[in-house]
Amino acid sequence: MDSLLMDTMAPADNAEPSTSPWRGFAEGPWQRSIDVRDFILRNVTPYTGDSAFLSGPTDRTRALWARVTDLLAQERATKGGVLDADTDRVSGITAHPPGYIDRDLELIVGLQTDKPLKRAIMPFGGWRLVKSGLEAYGFTASPALDAVFPNLRKTHNHGVFDVYTDEMLRCRKSGVITGLPDSYGRGRIIGDYRRVALYGVDRLTADKRAQFASLDLDRMDEATLRAREEITEQIRALADLVAMASGYGFDVTRPAATAQEAVQWTYLAYLAAVKESNGAAMSLGRVSSFLDVYIARDLADGRLDEAQAQELIDQFVIKLRLVRFLRTPEYDQLFSGDPTWVTECLGGMALDGRTLVTRSNFRMLNTLHNLGPAPEPNLTVLWSEQLPEGFKRFCAETSIKTCSLQYENDDLMRPYWGDDYAIACCVSAMRIGKQMQFFGARANLAKTLLYAINGGRDELTGEQIGPSFAPITADVLTYDEVIARFVPMMEWLAKVYMNTLNAIHYMHDKYMYERLEMALHDRDILRTMACGVAGLSVVADSLSAIKHATVHVIRDARGLAVDYRIEGDHPAYGNNDPRVDDIAVWVVERFMALLRKQKAYRDAVPTQSVLTITSNVVYGKKTGSTPDGRKAGEPFAPGANPMHGRDRKGAIASMASVARLPYAHAQDGISYTFTIVPGALGPTPEERVANLIGMLDGYTAQGGHHINVNVFDRDTLIHAMDHPELYPQLTIRVSGYAVNFIKLTREQQLDVVSRTFHAGH
Amino acid sequence: MTVRGWVHSVESCGTVDGPGLRYVLFLAGCPLRCLYCHNPDTRHLHDGTPTDSGAVLADIARTAGFLTRAHGGVTLSGGEPLVQPEFCAAILRGCKAQGLHTALDTSGHLGLHADDHLLADTDLVLLDIKAFTEQTHRALTGAPLRPTLEFAERLAGLGKPVWLRYVLVPGLTDHEDEIAALAGFAAGLGVVERVDVLPFHKMGEAKWAALGLPYRLTDTQPPTAEQTARARGLFRKAGLRVP
Repeated sequence: MDSLLMDTMAPADNAEPSTSPWRGFAEGPWQRSIDVRDFILRNVTPYTGDSAFLSGPTDRTRALWARVTDLLAQERATKGGVLDADTDRVSGITAHPPGYIDRDLELIVGLQTDKPLKRAIMPFGGWRLVKSGLEAYGFTASPALDAVFPNLRKTHNHGVFDVYTDEMLRCRKSGVITGLPDSYGRGRIIGDYRRVALYGVDRLTADKRAQFASLDLDRMDEATLRAREEITEQIRALADLVAMASGYGFDVTRPAATAQEAVQWTYLAYLAAVKESNGAAMSLGRVSSFLDVYIARDLADGRLDEAQAQELIDQFVIKLRLVRFLRTPEYDQLFSGDPTWVTECLGGMALDGRTLVTRSNFRMLNTLHNLGPAPEPNLTVLWSEQLPEGFKRFCAETSIKTCSLQYENDDLMRPYWGDDYAIACCVSAMRIGKQMQFFGARANLAKTLLYAINGGRDELTGEQIGPSFAPITADVLTYDEVIARFVPMMEWLAKVYMNTLNAIHYMHDKYMYERLEMALHDRDILRTMACGVAGLSVVADSLSAIKHATVHVIRDARGLAVDYRIEGDHPAYGNNDPRVDDIAVWVVERFMALLRKQKAYRDAVPTQSVLTITSNVVYGKKTGSTPDGRKAGEPFAPGANPMHGRDRKGAIASMASVARLPYAHAQDGISYTFTIVPGALGPTPEERVANLIGMLDGYTAQGGHHINVNVFDRDTLIHAMDHPELYPQLTIRVSGYAVNFIKLTREQQLDVVSRTFHAGH
Repeated sequence: MTVRGWVHSVESCGTVDGPGLRYVLFLAGCPLRCLYCHNPDTRHLHDGTPTDSGAVLADIARTAGFLTRAHGGVTLSGGEPLVQPEFCAAILRGCKAQGLHTALDTSGHLGLHADDHLLADTDLVLLDIKAFTEQTHRALTGAPLRPTLEFAERLAGLGKPVWLRYVLVPGLTDHEDEIAALAGFAAGLGVVERVDVLPFHKMGEAKWAALGLPYRLTDTQPPTAEQTARARGLFRKAGLRVP
């Protein structure tokens, strides 16, 4: 629609045909309006071959990576893993002078601050958090900033706490709602960074000006005024991007003319975002098949050879591996391993039936071989049964060797989001440049079930948190009685949860608006209110125990149900048994239906995820004993995983249970983490690859949404816990992202080690 | 028609009992008493849970999407599945009706229990021939070898594909003459598509202890890589495929 806003859309290139940035590209509507998808579909060269064409790292890349490896070792050796941090400069797109690692070795340049791994401070989310973050790692904030925040410049955090109700505060404190982005950046917004490379900033700015003009309306209501202010901010952010790029010697006002420029422009746009926003997840999108068009053109022109093409991608990825944010130890407890979720999507199919796999998808995967495994960028394969065999094989080989990939079901998502969507954070699909989400962390459904049993009183503190419904007083729990209380308790939770998120995102828009990321979006976008749930398998198993076995309640002197004794057997979620899997399905559908009844800020569409990241440990800690036999304080299973050790019928049964959960009612994603020892995947390397491909095809065909794949022995992890220095790059997939295993807290390492390893019979 | 049988357990992601990913149904009950048995907890029928074939088939149907895409299928194992031939037949029939590849993992000792209808619904037999002289076989399993060899010959007559499995135990089943003779016999059958030489391991030892049974191979070591390679070589020499 943006094209209609423009009075004139002169072609961006009036240069000589031989040097024109768009030389040789197939023409189309993308030239007249901002439409990267159209450009890709008209110009992409799908690749259906194998990995034989790939190149190893160049000497220059090796030398640069050696320098970075040293820096990373120094970072790990410092207390808390923070090498250096700003103490007096508020970060922004133009706040720092250009920074380099080693200028002679860097093909793609640009750092968040003036030095590699030095963390910037971004106080608009909340000053207290920044200050305590600095102090935790041995730095002291400048007193000058203390005078500014929040007295002269109010922050998002301040705004939220100005409006929170008592009920919201109670829920936050008890942990029935946790991880809320009320003192840090919400993230999970993906700017269409490709637009900068394809169109240049001048063109994008002109488009934004036209959008601004289109909002000169007869009636200037609040929504219009807000939109006009936001667009003006976006235009300023674009000007900042131009200034920052020019510091590095690049003119991004014009489109990129070569592959190197296309990578550089795309990276600079992303860099501007991570200089300005400390979002929980700062995802990259789906850039490699876009960049492939430029690389293919340069290869055809003889401007590049394969080694140089790989070098561009390797060097780009080195930069992405260096993205850092200053966070607090409390934040690390929730989301451990210092993740940034620089999620990049590979593969997938086009709506016209062609594959979107390109050689540059292979090059991106090849960085895990050339530079070794790493958690970032968070490489995400959009899996389809129709993907070319050679790509499937290379993905499976890379997974088995590096454990650094996650897979998401393109066949399931394409009907919802088209063929130019990407994943924000772990599992949240969104059309690039056309959609954003309000990140909503998650509600603790296991605790909600206990509130239903205890009449709204917290099972640990005895405090009245929820509405004071009549508690269950019988000695044995009956299914109907529990459900009759659980549903209204979920309804209460949905209401307070949505209202809390509305407060958060209203203030986030007001005090911490993501100017640059939103400058790389259309004017009118779809917003989703991304709610989430934790403890799904605990609730399903609890309800199954109540229904199929006999669950006795153990109460303390306060009359609170604090423990349970189960008599008899009950089916557990994760064994492909509909008697309990259907309960899990019901919980997902029911809670989503209750969320849909709520009014969301800015007309956002409510969605939910079944995803915990690593917060399953903290959630478990804050939740009392549950009727499934889980004891107080024990971790939940991550995401949509079955509880540890309760899936007794092997990996396929477990996957089939997870695949049964309805994506239609969990459109923000359903996360499953799968860990298998190599021998159980097949006797020979060849068979392991074939079996993993078969597993992924099967999971996709049965409607599974997301899967992390880890292939290693438990002994490796135990050894790494005691000898971290030997495993600097040991990467594992946890719920929705990858981490350096040695960067996890000991508690989380133990949680990972205790999780179900599929080891065969 | 649904048949009731005794099921020990299920492994929905089997990768070593036939081609591709397999739903492996471990059935309870076994007439042999192999010294190296790694599932001694499946020897008696009552080690299992009474289960309807219809329920098993419904469970299989819920994973069929995985099994077909991963070029796999269903394997009946145990225990000795042919202790319960009617139950096996019902499940194999139901699997074929679902279009799934089927395999029967058996010692062949109860081969006579498998009628031609059952074998018609079996795409592949994973045949354990545990030794190739009566003496060794009896010492190892407590049962005669002859029924197994007769079953093998019957499979050959039916043209039924067979994967031969041989557990290599130092001091027990590592006589090269015996292995070579077995290889010659197997090659002569004309239906053996693959031979898996499985190095003896002691992972089942804990189960013996848990059951209070004396484990007699405590001092036996797994074969060395060279010993295993040599045994595989003997099968290859007879013209058989050994991966």
